[in-house]
Amino acid sequence: MGYRKVAVVGAGMTKFVRRSLETGKELSFEASHMALESCQLTLDQIQSVVFGSAPDAFDGVHMKGEYISDGAGAFRKPYMRSYVGGGTGVFTPIQGWWHVASGMFDTCLVVCEEKMSPCQPHPQGAFLTIFDHTTERPLGPNLLWIFALEMNRYMHRHGITEQDIAQVAVKNKKNALDHPCAQIGREVSIDDVMNSEVLAWPVKRLDISPVSDGACAIVLASEEVAKRITDKPVWFEGVGWNLETAYWTNRDLYYPKQVEYAARMAYEMAGIREPRKEINIVEPYDPFDYKELHHLEGLLLCDKGKAPELTRSGVTARNGDMPVCPSGGLLGVGNPIAAAGLMKICELFWQLRGEAGKRQVPGSPRRGLAQAWGDLMQVGTVVVLGR
Amino acid sequence: MTEEVAIIGVGYTAASPVTPEVSYREMIYEAAVKAYQDAHVKPKDIKSFVCLSEDFHEGTSIFDEYVPDQLGAVLKPVHTVTGDGIHGLIEATMHIQTGLMDVVAVEAHSKASNILTPFHIMAFATDPVYNQPLKMHPYYIAGLEMNRFLLETGNTREHCAMVVQKNRQNALDNPVAAYGAQVAPDDVLQSRPLFAPLSKLDTSLHADGAVVMVLASAKRARELSDHPIWVKGIGWCSDSPSLENRDWAQAVYARLAGDAAYRMAGIRNPREEIDLAEIDDTFSYKELQHMEALRLCREGEAGLLLEEGTADLDGDLPINPSGGTLGTGFLYEASGLYRVLELVLQLRGEAGKRQLAHVNTGLAFSWRGIPTTSGAAIVVSNN
Amino acid sequence: MGIKLTERPQAQASGMETLEFKGTALSDEEFKGGKVVTVSGAPNAQYGWDAGVAIGRFLHELKEGRLIGTFCRSCNRIMVPPRMFCEWCFRNTDEWAPLKDTGVVNTFSLCYVTWDMKRLKEPEMPAVIEIDGASPGMGIMHLLGEVDPKKVQIGMKVRAVWKPADEREGAITDIKYFKPM
Ligand SMILES: [Zn+2]
Repeated sequence: MGYRKVAVVGAGMTKFVRRSLETGKELSFEASHMALESCQLTLDQIQSVVFGSAPDAFDGVHMKGEYISDGAGAFRKPYMRSYVGGGTGVFTPIQGWWHVASGMFDTCLVVCEEKMSPCQPHPQGAFLTIFDHTTERPLGPNLLWIFALEMNRYMHRHGITEQDIAQVAVKNKKNALDHPCAQIGREVSIDDVMNSEVLAWPVKRLDISPVSDGACAIVLASEEVAKRITDKPVWFEGVGWNLETAYWTNRDLYYPKQVEYAARMAYEMAGIREPRKEINIVEPYDPFDYKELHHLEGLLLCDKGKAPELTRSGVTARNGDMPVCPSGGLLGVGNPIAAAGLMKICELFWQLRGEAGKRQVPGSPRRGLAQAWGDLMQVGTVVVLGR
Repeated sequence: MTEEVAIIGVGYTAASPVTPEVSYREMIYEAAVKAYQDAHVKPKDIKSFVCLSEDFHEGTSIFDEYVPDQLGAVLKPVHTVTGDGIHGLIEATMHIQTGLMDVVAVEAHSKASNILTPFHIMAFATDPVYNQPLKMHPYYIAGLEMNRFLLETGNTREHCAMVVQKNRQNALDNPVAAYGAQVAPDDVLQSRPLFAPLSKLDTSLHADGAVVMVLASAKRARELSDHPIWVKGIGWCSDSPSLENRDWAQAVYARLAGDAAYRMAGIRNPREEIDLAEIDDTFSYKELQHMEALRLCREGEAGLLLEEGTADLDGDLPINPSGGTLGTGFLYEASGLYRVLELVLQLRGEAGKRQLAHVNTGLAFSWRGIPTTSGAAIVVSNN
Repeated sequence: MGIKLTERPQAQASGMETLEFKGTALSDEEFKGGKVVTVSGAPNAQYGWDAGVAIGRFLHELKEGRLIGTFCRSCNRIMVPPRMFCEWCFRNTDEWAPLKDTGVVNTFSLCYVTWDMKRLKEPEMPAVIEIDGASPGMGIMHLLGEVDPKKVQIGMKVRAVWKPADEREGAITDIKYFKPM
């Protein structure tokens, strides 16, 4: 038995912007169209479609997956939408993977979209109802709270400073200067981050990614079909996903155990024993700067509490030993939630094929990892791609 | 198909108009405990979990947050699909076909009674620019479709009324169904018009409930179960979401989903090879429309089958012996799992008073409801 | 499954620099200044959630000015918020467990903005508070009060400040906030 080999053969994305003229359907179309063009396939050669998007409240449409379906190329096709909160963007390609790996289909179009701007007066409104309706919502929590609570716990347990964490924002926003789709690529200093407005201490304005509109798409194919489509298929080597308890106030938030579990699942599948040596390029989920550090630890790419050192020593820079978020990440490229996760897969696709242009990491990377995270700080999704 | 897959356990709560005594978590927990018992598994044996939900049906954004605990799925691979329960069974089947997972659980539930403005929410699923500003009760969409379907196929309102009579009658013998009743066709025809030709009794009523199913690879199914129900075919499809360009008469999504499932199951003549069918009847006419789309009869002949009694419990091709959605209740994402539940019970010979004789192969089909054109089909067999 | 492929396409030219990315940014000016037509609406989405066995009792106890958890004999945990099943052991919990209304700050934030990014003069102080009497690490989310924000620390001992009995309604807000002991 066992699964079939699956390759990514095409990728496309839209620019990430604060407010797009295009509707969610249109963004989905643009990304899908670009992905199909990139591998010279037409929609009739696509046998199945999977779609990822986070809360419906952003777009202001109930059953958003149904509403967007034709924009994502799903007209009269097998179509499924999954969601695991912020983890969705790296999860949806996993869902696409099993559509092909199972033998059900030879091709699958994977589309992730988020149009956050329709939610007024502020897209954060969509997050007010993520909390338990009886035991938490009456306290009036907002999304910043849980990030701040987690960041504080992480800093406290390891004695990590805000300056340590700010390095990540500096690095990623700078990397994003080279990304043609980036919303807020720019040069900032650690002092700029430290002096930016305090939102929910320890979280400051420049610690966080922006709200964005955007879409990404990739095309998956079985081994036999992939080899007919392209000389440079990028293979799925491992996938992992994992969900922690919903009782988030009963967990020690200093460490994302679910990310570790998801990573272990993916590493086992990929035959990776020493991830620190065997993974050449990493795109961990960085909606807030501390999250990149938190996730590098969860991914077993450094010891607990040691991710700031790794960053300080330049290992995670684009030309370092283990480039982390060479795309510019969510902090720089932008954060249309589900699309932002899939952007990381697109980045690996381009990097592993040597097509990342100004962002290309040196040394012809052979293997990359993308990871996302979300829900009530409880989900981990991991994809390992290789060439 | 690389790997055979079977349903080896079902757990469920009886559908009910209200369930004030339990939270959704507690309701799902009950279904999960029963399903794992039925499948002879413990949570640790289950390799992945698939849940079905929509944020606005729960009143919680990113509802997938709240699913793991009551399933024993903490720190396990879990994901949520915004689909019907049959979409969940399809996901589980593919998981097992990859060889990566050998036992998978699927969960869907409804706390419909907790939704105080269900029709406003349903209308919120229509296009925000073209349709929502009309501020209409979303059932107008069913009225439009029913009208065109009857016109093009020659089926009649009387035939639709016979569907209601049959399904609510069947539900009387189903302890899981919430809305068993003796309803005469005339009661339906005389009931309050909503969006003519659609009348009050042509519509299903909401209910609460939860279903959990456990699926396994062939090897594990044979080890764990005395009566595995084999997944022979799966198919799913979405047609146009647009009200402006869709086919208003034919259920194209059902035709394409059904054909895919039949192809996989090697079924060439569904009318002969399917012994019983549990297909979506959220509105009375939908059962007729889906019968035709799923090739259980020729186009325009669904009403005749009803007249001849073919779809009755003692007929040649019983349709919705459980009572369907009209009899069981509309349970949002769980609706399809209540359809499949009936197939499992019938094919195991555990359907009690409703037990049909000589049934081996069943078809279930679900529709995602207004305003969608999405559906999922599954063919299962006891051998 | 047959998939028709035309002749093998040319390998792609060179990536990034030749790619054209779609997506049109609208400025605040264009959006709020009426240069694009907008449609607005709000969902009428209302719910009445069944609290169930465990949280129903939790709310009832709050009305009485008490916190309560549940005990699982199998893993020996006293859990709060209470549940009628143990998610680790996947079995029914065994007993109700009365808890104290004191605890320790596990983590906290000082939040200077509302959800729609309006500035607050005095910060809201959300915290996870590990409740005394429950197993270690068993916290609930609540607010801190009657404390200088600069003095809040992880590890701080706190006590619940309750609303007067006649104002309590069986809700988490029956506790106004927790204050340092
Ligand atoms: Zn326990």
